[in-house]
Amino acid sequence: MSITVNGETETHRGTIADLLATRLADPCPRGVAVAVGGVVVPRADWPRRRLVEGDVVEVVTAVQGG
Amino acid sequence: MTPLTIAGRALSSRLLLGTGGLPSLALLEPVLAAAEPGLVTVSVRRTSSTRDGGLLSVLRRYGVPVLPNTAGCLSAREAVLTAELAREALETDWVKLEVVGDEASLLPDAVGLLDAADQLVRRGFTVLPYTTDDPVLARRLADVGCAAVMPLGSPIGSGLGVLNPHAIETVRAAVAVPVVLDAGVGTASDAALAMELGCDAVLVATAITRADDPVAMAGALRLAVAAGHAARGAGRIPRRSTARASSPMSGRIS
Repeated sequence: MSITVNGETETHRGTIADLLATRLADPCPRGVAVAVGGVVVPRADWPRRRLVEGDVVEVVTAVQGG
Repeated sequence: MTPLTIAGRALSSRLLLGTGGLPSLALLEPVLAAAEPGLVTVSVRRTSSTRDGGLLSVLRRYGVPVLPNTAGCLSAREAVLTAELAREALETDWVKLEVVGDEASLLPDAVGLLDAADQLVRRGFTVLPYTTDDPVLARRLADVGCAAVMPLGSPIGSGLGVLNPHAIETVRAAVAVPVVLDAGVGTASDAALAMELGCDAVLVATAITRADDPVAMAGALRLAVAAGHAARGAGRIPRRSTARASSPMSGRIS
């Protein structure tokens, strides 16, 4: 199915943890947060929250900043 | 130096450090060692790798509290979501709230800022808003529950110093919460002046990170903040329009 991750469309089937394992090589990386549809999904829910067609996902971490 | 307390947390220093603009992450640790900051700000951005470049591991190793910001947010909605993401990623409910009106001036959007501050306080955040040097807005931010207010001395990254010292003094007088001068510091004397005007702390990023020698400037800013704070406590002499001799006038030879 088609979802949007950090502004780019991609095909994904499975949970948030599956997505992170694919993209970040870690299903539960430290220092990372995820929002789906503008709502933060707590880390504890990543293994069971399945992504569905049309979901808009943001994956963020800390960077140097003012 | 008496420690500054914000929202019940005593900070180890009145110099707060922004990490943006360092030419290399390798400089962060020596800059931290020279600045000895009480808080360090970071931003939150999209990531496509687990590597944050080691930023968080350096900060954890150094043991300095991290203050995520909402830099770059142009609306209350973006700022609230960014703060929520930062709380989840960094396990802190402290946030340096920035809602700017446009990307050219980077000046705070007063309407969006107050809206976002109110929402975040209600959601349990400890909110430190980057604001204009307007005592009325500062009071409104304190009224909705902000833990401190952070007026700008001059535009972000400009190095123009404290352009309106009187306004900073009026902000100081307008609120009971700590006042942190944020933005505009160009060199040590700017930070000392902010402290002499009654600010409780100074947040510095560009003046340190883009100095020719960031480590040396970090040390200079640490001393300047301490000196300005001590001078404020000591009570400066009133300004006079005429001279007043410090040597005795009596007993002079003729």
